[in-house]
Amino acid sequence: MSTEQTAIPAENFFNQGGKGIMSWLTTTDHKRIGLLYMYSIAIFFSVAVIIGLMMRLELIAPGKTIMEANTYNKMFTLHGVIMIFLFIIPGIPAVFGNFFLPLFLGADDVAFPRLNLMSWYLYIIGALIALSTLVFGEGSADTGWTFYAPYSVKTGTNVSTSVFAAFVLGFSSILTGLNFLTTIHRMRAPGMGWFDMPLYLWSTYATSWIQILATPIIGITLLMIVAERVLGVGLFDPSLGGDPILYQHLFWIYSHPAVYIMILPAMGVISEIIPVFSRRRIFGYKAIAFSSLAIAFVGYLVWGHHMFTSGMSGPARIIFSILTFLVAIPSAIKVFNWLATLNKGSIDLQPPLLYSMGFIFLFLIGGLTGLVNGALATNTHIHDTAFIVGHFHYVMFGGTGFGFFAAMHYWFPKMYGRMYNIKRAKIAFWVTFIGFNTLYFPMFILGLQGMPRRYYDYLPEFQDWQVVSTVGSWILVTGLIMMFTNIIRGARKGKPAGDNPWNGYTMEWQTTSPPPLENFHEKPVYKEISYDK
Amino acid sequence: MFSNASSFVEGVDFAFFVIIGISLIFLIGITAAMIYFVIKYNKKKHPKAVPTKDNFQLEIIWTVIPTLLVLGMFYYGWVGYRPMRIIPDNAIPVKVTAKMWSWSFEYENGKWDSLLIVPVDKPVKLELFSPDVLHSLYIPAFRIKEDVVPGIANIMWFEANKTGTYNILCAEYCGQRHSYMLSKVKVLPQDEYEKWYNSKDTLAEKMMPGEIIMKKQACIACHSTDGSKLVGPSFKGLYGSKRTVLVDGVKKEIVADDEYIKNSILNPNSEVVDGFPQGIMTNYSGQISEDEIKQFIQYIKTLKND
Ligand code: HEC
Ligand SMILES: [Cu+2]
Repeated sequence: MSTEQTAIPAENFFNQGGKGIMSWLTTTDHKRIGLLYMYSIAIFFSVAVIIGLMMRLELIAPGKTIMEANTYNKMFTLHGVIMIFLFIIPGIPAVFGNFFLPLFLGADDVAFPRLNLMSWYLYIIGALIALSTLVFGEGSADTGWTFYAPYSVKTGTNVSTSVFAAFVLGFSSILTGLNFLTTIHRMRAPGMGWFDMPLYLWSTYATSWIQILATPIIGITLLMIVAERVLGVGLFDPSLGGDPILYQHLFWIYSHPAVYIMILPAMGVISEIIPVFSRRRIFGYKAIAFSSLAIAFVGYLVWGHHMFTSGMSGPARIIFSILTFLVAIPSAIKVFNWLATLNKGSIDLQPPLLYSMGFIFLFLIGGLTGLVNGALATNTHIHDTAFIVGHFHYVMFGGTGFGFFAAMHYWFPKMYGRMYNIKRAKIAFWVTFIGFNTLYFPMFILGLQGMPRRYYDYLPEFQDWQVVSTVGSWILVTGLIMMFTNIIRGARKGKPAGDNPWNGYTMEWQTTSPPPLENFHEKPVYKEISYDK
Repeated sequence: MFSNASSFVEGVDFAFFVIIGISLIFLIGITAAMIYFVIKYNKKKHPKAVPTKDNFQLEIIWTVIPTLLVLGMFYYGWVGYRPMRIIPDNAIPVKVTAKMWSWSFEYENGKWDSLLIVPVDKPVKLELFSPDVLHSLYIPAFRIKEDVVPGIANIMWFEANKTGTYNILCAEYCGQRHSYMLSKVKVLPQDEYEKWYNSKDTLAEKMMPGEIIMKKQACIACHSTDGSKLVGPSFKGLYGSKRTVLVDGVKKEIVADDEYIKNSILNPNSEVVDGFPQGIMTNYSGQISEDEIKQFIQYIKTLKND
């Protein structure tokens, strides 16, 4: 730990640039926008967690426990829509990307600060439209977050509004991607070449490309659903002359790459944290950088593995299966390089590293079960079962979610200039980690036993593991509450943390905490990092 | 723990074994290494980190070995899957109709049942048909699953090799009663199957023609005959009663006569019963004949309020 600091520097972005709510709502400071995102994401995340808790409670016993089937179906749709479109996709890029991208580069803001604020407004508008279906119209959508046709065309619930919300959120995502891409290309500190960039930037760079290239496809696809519902144009519903499989192709051409929009930034975070807490340079910098690009590229070509049972031709199934296995390789390379970085380091097991190791373990389980999904024989059995639900919660929540928590604990002292309680952060990690596994691991077993997903009710033989899973949800939520109360207390009352409490190497640690409005007191010049501190 | 009853099980389970086996080795190995490093190179015991030296050879090794391993996994996945796509010519064809929210199975001789009844050790081919939305026919004990896509004739097949009764579940979300879209497959010894197959339709002896139509068309998935409310209104006491319906959103009182009931079946969205969702009931024109509607009305006339 570096020298004790007793006060927060007066010149910081909380004080500068005005006080009061209006100064925040009209800000173009990337740091404030990052925090606006963080607070809004925290709210939506909590809503979706509560919905998840209620669904798990419903499933504790067969038959009706606390809600009707209709309510349950709306809940898993809303839970998915909020978690995917309002938490996981924007999550790390919008919060930590916004806050730290310019700091990493030694710049004073992103390339288009106003566009950045507009992205946040689009995000909020999209979120409000999505939530408005709870109150207005014929009830929120009951289709699942995938909006599969023709059910999404036929159901009486308010699909058009939900789908339109996702469309607006897509624009927010595209604009953020555009902004970051331009910033990385144009605003690197003098002397910082491409291969001097922190790895977090490489993963953000790859993510931005996917956001720009893939998101428009989902936008237009979702509008096609609206056109079909409102105007009766026959696109996906066979009774109107459409093709339901076409919808699935269009949907997954975006939504599979979107999985990498969700996970790549988290991988970037881990690649930053591990070197700092093992006190040595990352092993295989270029391998990690290129594996991000490889994931972004090959990730485009594997969408068909979501459709192995839809009746695709044999050769198509074989090709999608092979490609799916190949996309696992770049992720494996990253894990090996992280491991090699820990080897022979001087390791300090602080909360950010603890969360990163949690990430590696949970992401490994998520990734390895992905291999089960990718093979044709095994896929046939576990497709659309609880196994898949377990798999993507390990990847998205265990991976991206824990990556987000790691980032939060790592950069917190820079953002607020204060430190949370380290011991509590570690306890909260263990409770969350145990709860997580108790909640989601039983789903693998249930899936192997043949329990389909999106089931409001189930056969009695599945009950044992359902009960375990529900108990897990209670432990997990306890952990989350401990984690967030610790963070909130830290932000308000924590001890001043100093500029560089972790002895970080990258440029954001060279300015004061919290950073001043213009980020650096004098324009920094990039210097080769020395790892011998 | 996991039942197995078809000729595919061996190949599929072997693929599970290979993939999960290799995965476990990696999971345990990597986790153990991670914990070992954190303990051994803890900053208290190891205050000075050894500077990183990149190792190109190592990068190649841990790229090539996993690549070979996953290609192996792909191979066993394919081997276990291939037989599912090669349908024997002598397979017994059964037409499967998946409809919100029930299954029905029709045989070559016109025999019909809501259970799938098959002989042991004989290939059976399922021709999948859906008039409404996506469903997916899943028999865990056979390790098979295929989506039922409206407008597309998907086919699947299997050969059961153990007599007994196994679950059929709908695996593709299809609306309110998705989790109740269940049935069973009954695997019978050859002679019992023959006997069942050649027996006269027992339904016809016990039921009125209208009741059979209701079963076959799966109206019972949404309408009860005992007064209980499912997705749609119950048929009990319906005939001749006063109904409040919405025509283009405007409330109207009408009497449920022959004309109204016929219209409710052929054009369900023109008069929507108050308090029930619009758009859920499929349009049955073309699927149900005038005569059948008459028989159906005959039948529901008998369902009087007590
Ligand atoms: C997927 C569910 C579903 C299926 C299957 C279904 N219905 Fe319906 N039915 C409904 C719903 C919902 C309503 C009420 C809304 C409306 O009037 O459209 C309804 C209304 C009706 C009514 C008017 C009832 C009243 O109380 O006035 C009749 C008659 C009817 N259905 C007949 C049938 C027949 C005959 C079949 C089978 C050939 C059938 N339905 C299959 C959902 C279904
Ligand atoms: Cu179904």
